[in-house]
Amino acid sequence: MEIQTTEYKRCTVVKTSGRIDGSNAPDLGKALKDIIEKGMHNIIFDMSEVTFVASAGWWVLIDTQKTCKPRGEVVLVAVKPAIQDSLNLVGMGSYFSTFDDLTSAVGNF
Amino acid sequence: MPSRKFSSDLNNLEKICNFVTRYAEQAGLDDRQVYAVQLAVDEAATNIIEHGYRSSGQGEVTITCQPVADGLRVVLHDHAPPFDPDEIPAPIIDVPLEELKPRGLGIYLMRKMMDEVRYEFDTGQGNKLTMFKRK
Repeated sequence: MEIQTTEYKRCTVVKTSGRIDGSNAPDLGKALKDIIEKGMHNIIFDMSEVTFVASAGWWVLIDTQKTCKPRGEVVLVAVKPAIQDSLNLVGMGSYFSTFDDLTSAVGNF
Repeated sequence: MPSRKFSSDLNNLEKICNFVTRYAEQAGLDDRQVYAVQLAVDEAATNIIEHGYRSSGQGEVTITCQPVADGLRVVLHDHAPPFDPDEIPAPIIDVPLEELKPRGLGIYLMRKMMDEVRYEFDTGQGNKLTMFKRK
């Protein structure tokens, strides 16, 4: 799993592509933990190229959200409709703010 | 009926997904319904690999897809110890973030995504999970 991180003044953008499932969710978890250990608690997860998120992936994002709040937060960008549907269907959509594009997400912080 | 055997390795999840996607599309499901099948099958297979076979990599999961007139039926077969998803309580979702616990979400997702989920166990046949997604 290739994970790109871009550091901005007030937030860090994390981007990956393809699937997030039980085989690679721990890699994403490690990348997010590394960012938090550097002292950054505002994280933008760019999902424009993410095509699939299993529960293992959602737990990584939820765990990260728990660690970041209340000092900061994890927000999601460009979530594909089917992925957002699945999150809403289990009632977990409310745990994340979402943005249509990266510029508005960065501007939020 | 198209059927394929996969070793119990999380690295096979993508291959499993590709296998069921082909028949979900063939059954005429739309994009969101195809995603629902992908997610439900991924969660079911992950449970079998991680909890059934305890991540040993020594087991097998056989997946059978049956496109029918009104949708797609998917059957997952394994020989891990009996595992009835009905026995896993649904996660408690409507709580503040800090109280959320990582238990049972996969099975909950699986049930929410599919129109029918049925579990059977037979000492000779092992675990059989049948799921149906209607068009």
